[in-house]
Amino acid sequence: MTDLYLQRGRLIDPSSGLDQEGDLLIREGRIEALGPDLTPPEGIRVLDARDLWITPGLIDLHVHLREPGQEYKETIESGCRSAAAGGFTAVCSMPNTTPPNDSRAVTEYILRQAQIANSARVYPLGAISEGQKGERLAEIGEMAEAGICALTDDGFPVMDALLMRRALEYGRTFGLTLCQHAEDSCLSKGGVMNEGIHSTRAGLRGIPAAAETTMVERDIRLVELTGAHYHVAHISTSSAVEAVRQAKARGLPVTCEVTPHHLYLTDHRCLTYDTSTKMNPPLRTDEDVEAMRVGLADGTIDAVATDHAPHSSIEKDIEFEDAAFGIVGLETALPLVLNLVQDGLLTEMQAIDRLSTGPARIYQLPGGSLQIGSVADVTVIDPEYRWQVDPEAFESKGRNTPFTGWNMTGRAIFTVVGGQVVHEQERTTS
Amino acid sequence: MTRTFKHRHLLGIEELEAEDIFLLLDLSERFLEISERPLKKVPTLRGKTVINLFMESSTRTRGSFEIAGKRLSADVINQSSSGSSSSKGETLLDMAKNLGAMNPDVVVVRHRAAGTAHFLSRHLDASIVNAGDGMHEHPTQALLDCATIRRHKKQFEGLEVAILGDVSHSRVARSDILALTKLGARIRVAGPRTLLPIGLESLGVEVFDRIESAIEGADVVMALRLQEERQRSGLIPGNREFSRFFGVDNSRLALAKPDAIVMHPGPMNRGVEISPEVADGPRSVILEQVTYGVAVRMAILYLMAGSESTE
Ligand SMILES: [Zn+2]
Repeated sequence: MTDLYLQRGRLIDPSSGLDQEGDLLIREGRIEALGPDLTPPEGIRVLDARDLWITPGLIDLHVHLREPGQEYKETIESGCRSAAAGGFTAVCSMPNTTPPNDSRAVTEYILRQAQIANSARVYPLGAISEGQKGERLAEIGEMAEAGICALTDDGFPVMDALLMRRALEYGRTFGLTLCQHAEDSCLSKGGVMNEGIHSTRAGLRGIPAAAETTMVERDIRLVELTGAHYHVAHISTSSAVEAVRQAKARGLPVTCEVTPHHLYLTDHRCLTYDTSTKMNPPLRTDEDVEAMRVGLADGTIDAVATDHAPHSSIEKDIEFEDAAFGIVGLETALPLVLNLVQDGLLTEMQAIDRLSTGPARIYQLPGGSLQIGSVADVTVIDPEYRWQVDPEAFESKGRNTPFTGWNMTGRAIFTVVGGQVVHEQERTTS
Repeated sequence: MTRTFKHRHLLGIEELEAEDIFLLLDLSERFLEISERPLKKVPTLRGKTVINLFMESSTRTRGSFEIAGKRLSADVINQSSSGSSSSKGETLLDMAKNLGAMNPDVVVVRHRAAGTAHFLSRHLDASIVNAGDGMHEHPTQALLDCATIRRHKKQFEGLEVAILGDVSHSRVARSDILALTKLGARIRVAGPRTLLPIGLESLGVEVFDRIESAIEGADVVMALRLQEERQRSGLIPGNREFSRFFGVDNSRLALAKPDAIVMHPGPMNRGVEISPEVADGPRSVILEQVTYGVAVRMAILYLMAGSESTE
């Protein structure tokens, strides 16, 4: 059933600036009407949204679904359920699967599995280079035809500046944004945490901030050269944020995203050798966290994206130096962003923008809007819902989170994709 | 006066306070006496089990712990393993669970990865003693260095200690810097900047580019082992150039205080970080370090095995 009526909620839509009490009518998977003066049509399913926010569906630009190839870590099905549980109506899946998504066949496989999963939507990113090897362009045109939303070699930074230039030019031909995992892998070689006083203390090899910043700065020069749209994945250093700020001021088509963990945690956490604090880019310094927050508030950072990276105990319950990079994030992102509203850093409208409208704009995805005619991807949020993070309760197969035991406020109550409720959170009466 | 040691594990010097270190040093002196007796064995840890888990090759540290345990009459079991990464089957967690099933009182662990002792302390009931974890810490080496320094210098307050060479990759340097700073000594380091980790100054260390400046007026001169790998990975142009600019030789040692002592955690690369004349010279206390190694490890095992015996 793709007709639905959401009753008496607070409608928040960054795409139009709307913020008012009202109802929302969905018919045939699209938003048909909204506002304070609606009445539910006969026979339609009505959801009570009293004290809840009705927002455009949340979109996560950076998710590792692991399928095909590493289904023991996550499947498209479990990843989409995790997304829906976290309030995300769509996720952009990274191509570093086995085999990587560098061809039409893999793109089509992912889209088919997503259709079967019938939960959150999946927008696959295609690889920039064949096999993500950084040598020659993948069949980008064919993948564009098959339905990729953007290009990236995430996990394998494009070190070769000439290949990067060609990718920007070629991707632009097909209207695709190029998303870079910005890291000079020569500078970061062997590193397992941020380089600084804490890596010195811990005796762990460091990844300097300069590994990210120099790459972002180089790429911005290539954007100047090519005019292509460039997006920085999981930005983490204050100097890289500053580089993006200046590029935007110069009118260049540059955007970026930040993860929730880079908005909260610092490299000090690595001193315990807890592998759930190991990710790439690594947790940085207090100054960097502050710069992420400022950048998110002033719009330099366009979106919050989780870099959801599920791993099993085989990759995580081991020595820090050997453990895999990455943490899960889909089910903890929303309250962490809402908490920034509590902190006075963001308005409610900005918080929803960074989780929905902003991401939709970057890859020109459907959704991110409650305007009439929009696809009916909607998230209904209880901003007062209190809960504690228990990884065992995750829908994701991954348990690797640094937020275990954190007390959160805010949760998705209904996750609606194309008018269909794909997740419903039981509400405890307090 | 009775003082108590309030730590269940020895994961690093980081967790210790000055009074803990002094307590260990005092206890080590008592155990040094035992090691000098004709009959070098006391029944203190009879019935206790010590497992030496060495997942990185080391003959001297393992031997030192083994002798220490046996002189205290503990049952000492040596386990070695390559400690290669998890892809090769048994993980560290498996190993920890297996060890735990044997109910050891103390597990002494050496591993190529930083944080291994911390990891085991979370998964085992036994007391964990860190015998070197990656580039992180080597606390018993720092304690034996402190014991050796105290024998010659009597006190730490105001001592100038020069630590020279490859500080970046040295767990000994990290532990020595922490221990000696806590005891009131002043640390200077020198070496090529490619081998000095970032942020040393925030540990209270004075950093010099030229080894001569660091040695000048020092009470203690400590050369660190330079591993062959550093040359291969491009951190220095070569051993020859390293020894020319950063090796401790007699002419450089002449800049130190007249009664300065020379230390090295071993094993030495003679002719690279230290010249043979210095290593075997009258100021070298390198062999005393080894002797103190056993005494310090006896003190640690004694405290860790939780012996109830009163003396
Ligand atoms: Zn990445």
